Amino acid sequence: MSVKHFTNSAEFDSAIQTAPVAMVDFWATWCGPCKMLAPTIEKIGESYGGKALIAKVDVDQCQDLAARFGIMSIPTVVFFQNGKEVGRRVGVQPPAAFTGALDQLL
Amino acid sequence: MSYDILVIGGGPAGLSAALNARARGKSVLVVSNDLEDNPLWKSELVDNYPGLPGVTGAELLKALEDHAARAGAEIRRGKVLNTAYDGESWYVSIGADVEDAKALILAAGIVRGKKFPGEEALLGVGVSYCATCDGGLYRGKDVAVIGYDAESRREADFLEEIGCRVRFFQSPAQVEIQGQGKVSGVTVNGEELAVDAVFLLRPSMVPTDLFPEVETQGSYVKVDRSMATNLPGLFAAGDCTGGPLQVAKATGEGLIAGQKAAAYVDALTRKKG
Repeated sequence: MSVKHFTNSAEFDSAIQTAPVAMVDFWATWCGPCKMLAPTIEKIGESYGGKALIAKVDVDQCQDLAARFGIMSIPTVVFFQNGKEVGRRVGVQPPAAFTGALDQLL
Repeated sequence: MSYDILVIGGGPAGLSAALNARARGKSVLVVSNDLEDNPLWKSELVDNYPGLPGVTGAELLKALEDHAARAGAEIRRGKVLNTAYDGESWYVSIGADVEDAKALILAAGIVRGKKFPGEEALLGVGVSYCATCDGGLYRGKDVAVIGYDAESRREADFLEEIGCRVRFFQSPAQVEIQGQGKVSGVTVNGEELAVDAVFLLRPSMVPTDLFPEVETQGSYVKVDRSMATNLPGLFAAGDCTGGPLQVAKATGEGLIAGQKAAAYVDALTRKKG
């Protein structure tokens, strides 16, 4: 399993509601720090993809989602449990910051 | 492209580090502000740099940069905003670009002045250090751009182009950012404005903002005799490691950092293979 790319909010909502644990990276093509985080998210997708939903949302493509989650700086990574937000991390962080949060939820 | 060594800061320490890393045959990228933004640029007389009596700060900076460039160091104007280490390489974001290197040399000088009231608490929820990173989130909204270097004006123009309503302030003395959970306004030199975002563009980042896990002593980066920090492959040189804040000390430390970073890269290459 790798990283799921959501392109609209309907797709996002149905997937998030059914996933016990999800991690979503809000990013944009023009954002340097987002590009830097991309390989980390890919690696987490490979290692955690079987256990959790690892996904990305392009904030330009899904402006409604960015507004709904109050994304004010990117990259922002939001964690969900049973469809509800349970935490978020703003900015580029080491892989362990994300895997640690996932391990706590799983 | 991958580099052996990436140098953050194009002042005397960074340029000396680049020169000496090139002398060891390493590929080097120096990320630097415009030379005019270096505080040394305005120095009319540097009278204690050995062998060059009467030289001005601007002459010295230009000569140092020419020397490093002639030695083959690549020099890029820009600002490093984020770094990450994946266990093998360092990744560095420069505006909207990302570069990677085996070793980093932090030679970004010192940040003058304290953070503003509200800055730390509202960072990431309206306070941003990077117009090209977060600007797109504030299209059609009111933003304040508070700039302390030559590039700030261009960043403000960029925000205007992508559709933000921009108020630009050049080097104001008093700034206070307001908001609960997110930015709602800013007071600049007594003038109150309602804004959704405040972009603070300073010539240099605080070392712990770039490297949250780096060990410090007071506001300075802690280094050993080989200019190594506590983080793997991260060296530091110049004003950011402490006083005296003088050019000769900076170039000397840059030399050590450049050589030791080159040795670190060699050791890494040997280990791999």
